[in-house]
Order: sequence, then structure tokens, then C-alpha cells
Amino acid sequence: MSVLRIGAGAGFQGDRIAPAIALAERGQLDYLVFECLGERTIALAQQARSLDPSQGYDPLLERRMRAVLPACVRSGTRIVTNMGAANPRAAAEKTRAVARELGLTGLKVAAVTGDDVVDRIGDFTLDETGTTASALGDRLVSANAYIGIDGLVAALNAGADVVICGRASDPSLFLAPLVHEFGWARDDWTRLGRGILVGHLLECAAQITGGYFADPGVKDVPDLANIGHPLAEVDRDGNAVITKLDGSGGCVSRATCIEQMLYEIHDPARYLQPDVVADFSGVQFKEIGTDRVAVTGASGTPATGLLKVSVGYRDGWLGEGQISYAGANCLARGQLAIDLVRDRLAHISGALLEQRGELIGVNSVLPTTNASACPAEVRMRYAARCPDALTARAVGEEVEGLYLAGPAGGGGVTKGIREVLAIASTLMPADRVAVTFDMQEVQHETA
Amino acid sequence: MRLHDIAHARTGDKGDISNISVIAYDAAHWPLIRDAVTPERVAAHFGTFDAGNVTRYDLPQLQALNFVIRGALTGGVTRSLALDAHGKCLASVLLEMPV
Repeated sequence: MSVLRIGAGAGFQGDRIAPAIALAERGQLDYLVFECLGERTIALAQQARSLDPSQGYDPLLERRMRAVLPACVRSGTRIVTNMGAANPRAAAEKTRAVARELGLTGLKVAAVTGDDVVDRIGDFTLDETGTTASALGDRLVSANAYIGIDGLVAALNAGADVVICGRASDPSLFLAPLVHEFGWARDDWTRLGRGILVGHLLECAAQITGGYFADPGVKDVPDLANIGHPLAEVDRDGNAVITKLDGSGGCVSRATCIEQMLYEIHDPARYLQPDVVADFSGVQFKEIGTDRVAVTGASGTPATGLLKVSVGYRDGWLGEGQISYAGANCLARGQLAIDLVRDRLAHISGALLEQRGELIGVNSVLPTTNASACPAEVRMRYAARCPDALTARAVGEEVEGLYLAGPAGGGGVTKGIREVLAIASTLMPADRVAVTFDMQEVQHETA
Repeated sequence: MRLHDIAHARTGDKGDISNISVIAYDAAHWPLIRDAVTPERVAAHFGTFDAGNVTRYDLPQLQALNFVIRGALTGGVTRSLALDAHGKCLASVLLEMPV
């Protein structure tokens, strides 16, 4: 194989499915990758699994598999995904059930496991809290290491058509097929670094085809409503062309590529990954055709031998309420509403871990903003983090109370509470993490 | 003029760290952007963190800067009380900077 075609089916858990179907049906892809895990997703999934042991994988897994499996099987497109979340084996089982229903007998589905390290996290100190994970006690929900390509490549080597993992570094989902197909050495830091760049560019799907980009009159994106997901044509040396399907909306340009290359990157010369430290500092992008951008110049240095671990823990409850004011003097009435809620919560302020009142449309994004003139309307929002659900509920109740006992003309109250699931991180030696996979074929449906 | 007239930008987040890229539309504006958009001016523009929290990385071949801001997200995406806990809006706020 001289050029590998890899497409991005999803860039987050809630991503749109239609562009993935288009890629499966018309992309002539070798691989379709679904990246669906945010920082907190796996902790939420672990909570779901603890309530029901058959759950804990991506809630859209069944819909996505049903939508793309027939076309992928027809085209010989293999699927790699982290939709296993907190339960890759159950996700594989569900995928086999879907395939069986679709008559896709013989499909090989593998689950990669080993990222769950909650049983050995206790002594590790968490960066954000400064305490050990064991100090969280029963608030600890999950601990997952960002694994690299080992388990994924092993499953592909064994012939898996669908590989499902939980927490892996996002670009690893794309690097694994490249290493499997091109046989790159595990100390070929340059090519591994280039593969990571391809993965990093694709992992957020539409964010490189004109999503998270449009700024009317300045950065216009054609046919954004029908935006397509990206695909990369990657050669044996890891150089690539980023493009999208003809007929899909959006755009791939030097500008979209540069924005995405730096997305969630700190030092561009040292992008820490499980299998390599990727170096993007010398990358070049060149527009070589309509919606075709050539990417060259990434490299890499040896991996650190440490894996990042995300630790999920319960961190109280968030209570919130909102109310709108409009027209004459609305800015002052909104500010009065904030002051009233703060005063009325004062009797429990000792129980509030953190609180803030703000005016949406004025200073909710940047608290230091001062309105230069009274806007046409403001929406007051009051939020607090509380130790328990009952205290959190009081926040929204005091906002609701403004209807009769607040400033003139307040309307449209909304209120709610939710449990805060926080994430902290630490580093774990890679040799403390044992990755494995198991693979099963889809069998004939038995009567 | 505003930075928005000559550059585009994107925000990313990891924990309580925000990164904002600033990219010249036209290579001719790169020297101005490189000289004007310093960590000190970025911190002063937002007013919610110190310049010491900001690290700037330069990518001259792409005419791009990458600002990494520690403690920018009031505790990070998962526990922040902010409406935009990811700080997705911050890049456009930065583009309001006069240059």
C-alpha cells in the first residue's frame, strides 16, 4: 500500500453522524476513526457502568455502528474507535450484536483494555489537588491511563475489522493504522511524530474542514450546513494531504489546518504522547488544490515512558439559576438581581464552596468586562458549587424567588442542579499499565 | 486597528490551561503581530491572570503564535462555574486587542 486513506467519523461524543455515513459510503477509506472521549466522558461512563455493568460505553455506539458498518464492510474499511469508554468489552459485544442483525457474519471485533488503572492509582499524587488519589476516598470515580498504540496495533495485526478501546491518546487512534500498515519501527521517531500530527489534525473531525472557524465577512465557510468530515491521504513516510469528500460542505485550507494544528497544543516542539514526543515546530502547510492541503515537516523524539492518567472524582454539586431583564435600565436591574441573590444566600454562604453572579451579554465570559452602554437585554446567571444537592438547589430557588420579590420586569427563569464530576491528572510509568485485547467473530444468528 | 483585522485565532483547553493561537492572514503582518502581541499585553487585555501565567511559542514559518495560559479557566472545564468552562470564547476576545 503506497497511500493510506484515513477518515474521521467523529470528533467528540455528540458529533453528527451524517458526515461519517458519507465518508463510509463514498470515501474509499482504508480506515474510519471515531474519536469520542472528552476529558470527563470516561468518568461519566464509569458512573453509568457502576449502575449497570452492561453499560459504560458511548451512548451513540449502536447508532453509529448501524449507520456505517454495512458500507464499511462493502468497502473493506476498518474501524478504530474509543467508543468503548469505560467498558470496551461491552461495546464490542454490542457491535457484534448489531453486525449479527445486519447479517455481517465473520466480522472480527476486538476490544482493547488495560487503560483502567483505578486499582493502582492510590499512591499517585494528583497535579490539581496536590493530594494522593486515595485521599479522595469514596469520591474517586475513575482512573484511566492514556494508552498508546500497542493494543490497537496488536488487534489490527490479528485481523480485527473493528477495534474498540477506552482511554487512549486521541492521535493514537490514527497512528495505530499507520504503524500497522506501513510497518514503522517503534523507534522511528520522525515517522511516529508525523503520524501523530495526522491524527491530531483529524481527531476533531469538522474542526479542520471549516467547523469552529466561520467568522462571517472575515472567514466565510461555504455550505457550512452540509460540512463534511476530513480524510487524510498518508504516504509511507508519514507525509499527508488533508482533504474532504467532493460535494460536502466546508473547506480545507492552510488557515483551517494551522488553527487545528495548534488546538490544545502547549509547546509545539514537545507534544507528549505515549509512543513519541511529537515535534510540530517545523510543520509546513501548502494548498495544492481545492480543499487539498499538503502537510510536511513534523518530527519526533523518544517517548518519556510516562503515561498521563485522568482521575475522575465527585466534587460537590453545582446549583444555577437564570433570569432575563430587558429595556430601560435593564443593566442596573440585572446587577440588583445579582446583589439580591448574594444577600439571600448569605445565611448559607459558609456552605458554598464557590459562587458567581454575572450578566450574560455583558460579563459572563470575561468577568472584568464593563458595559459601556446599557444593552437591549441582559440575562442574569447565578451559580454556586455546593457540598450537597440540597444546598445547590437553594441557588436556583433564590433566582426563581426574584419573580415576585426581585427587580421590576424579570422573566424567563430557568434553574437546575448537577453533580460536579471533576478531573485531575497525574503521570504513571508506562510499565505499570498492561494493555491487552480480545477479539471475536460475529457468528451466524442461532434460532 | 484591531488584531481581528489582520489575524485569526482559536482556543483549546486542557484542564485549567487554555491555549490561544493567533495566526496572521497575510505574512506581511507577521512582524507587527509578533512584536505587538506579547504575553504582557495578552495578560493586560484579559485582566484575569498575570503575564507570568502566559508562555508564548512562535511558529514563524506559519506566521503563528501560540499562547499557553495557566489558571485561565477558573479550575478547568470539569469544575468551573463559568458558562463557557472550556474558554472557547477567549480567542475572539483576544482579537479585540488594538494593534
